[in-house]
Amino acid sequence: MSERGKGLSRQEMCDRLAMEFEDGWIVNLGIGIPTLCSNFDFGENEITFHAENGVIGYGPLTAAGEEDLHLVNAGGQHVTLTKRAAIVDHADSFGIIRAGRIDVTVLGAYEVAENGDFANWKMAGQKGGGIGGAMDLASCAKHVFIAMEHQTRSGRPRLVERCAIPVTARGVVDLVVTDLGLFAITPQGMMLKEIAPGVGVEEVTAKTGCRLLIPREVPPVKRVG
Amino acid sequence: MNAHGKKIFESFDDAVRDVEDGATIGFGGFAVVGMPINLYAALSRQGAKNLTCVSNTTRGGFTLPEGAPDMGWLISGGQVKKVIVSFTAPTRASQKLVFTEYYEKGLIEAELLPQGTLAERLRAAGCGIPAFYTPAAVGTELAEGRETRVFNGREYLLETALPLDYAFIRAYQADEFGNLRFRLSQRNFNPLMAMAARVTIVEVEEELLPVGAIPADEVHTPGIFVQRLVKIPPPPAGWWPQHPGSIAR
Repeated sequence: MSERGKGLSRQEMCDRLAMEFEDGWIVNLGIGIPTLCSNFDFGENEITFHAENGVIGYGPLTAAGEEDLHLVNAGGQHVTLTKRAAIVDHADSFGIIRAGRIDVTVLGAYEVAENGDFANWKMAGQKGGGIGGAMDLASCAKHVFIAMEHQTRSGRPRLVERCAIPVTARGVVDLVVTDLGLFAITPQGMMLKEIAPGVGVEEVTAKTGCRLLIPREVPPVKRVG
Repeated sequence: MNAHGKKIFESFDDAVRDVEDGATIGFGGFAVVGMPINLYAALSRQGAKNLTCVSNTTRGGFTLPEGAPDMGWLISGGQVKKVIVSFTAPTRASQKLVFTEYYEKGLIEAELLPQGTLAERLRAAGCGIPAFYTPAAVGTELAEGRETRVFNGREYLLETALPLDYAFIRAYQADEFGNLRFRLSQRNFNPLMAMAARVTIVEVEEELLPVGAIPADEVHTPGIFVQRLVKIPPPPAGWWPQHPGSIAR
């Protein structure tokens, strides 16, 4: 739980998405909040992490002092390798992505729209931006999950009817976790699937910029164990 | 001296001496790993202008030593006309990039593109493919007004090859013929840039090896794609990434 005693911490947000990963999946985590998904205990499930810079099968972050200067993940963090690791160049790495072999990518976002569009590479009025691998991943991964804070720092909703800033890809998002709950993009629109502890449905609705489909019973966000 | 003996250069300055104004140069590396730090420094001293600089970003990651050269040196030196990159934003809000300052003032041009498209445009150039279609960036502002085509019910965006005049890259080992081995995530864009370039210049971390010292199965980039090799001297004469433990963050 967050410091305020309600809502989800960033780790709890990522734990909830990581619970959806299935045995044998190839997973690509974007920089920022999504990297926390790799802290989840997958138990018997074999999850292979792919980093856009050509590292397939990386493991936890390296212990301080044991970093290998030749080995980083997509966020430039020094990581370890699992036993099944392999290294490829950038063309092969993005070949893996474009050919649809990534089962899920978890990305951060500024905005997610109820039709599955999302924006994460450029803020309003910004000249330039940071695309990195996000457009390739968002267009080609089998599933696109988003982990982000529910509102901007100035209190504007990030779940919206239509993205106001330039999109990364259209109609691709499946699942969104925020500090307030878990949301699914469905053919009918955005659905509140699970709600964070200490948070009411009215609060979620008030802080959301699009219509929400709300089942009669909204279960709490599933927890580890 | 036979053909391959001419590939070994004594200094980075010698290796970049003939780079001409207006050249298109690819700089390998991803977050400092495999980044040609010493060649950036030499090109900054050499002074060629109106350059088009191709790289993933304009700046390395946090293991780039304080004061070490990067594309920012070339930009602030007035050498760069245009950058072609996948990432222009700073990775931390507190970071102020030389690129951003010059770009916002309109002093340089920038072409921003998906990282996989950048990689594939380089690969295409190195493989004799003039253009290809990709799903990345379809439906975004990058695709506005550009040619798309539907294959099997899905829309794809036309992208063209990106040939380089020069590739500046960094490798772990090289033999005197120019066969290269990279170590771990050092490979990244480097083999693609070598194949896409007319002239590939390599800064090499380990002592140059005799021909044949790298088993054929372990060569990542064949020497036929490599024209110039320079061994990186130990610090302070050569630039090396900094160990994270030694950095105050």
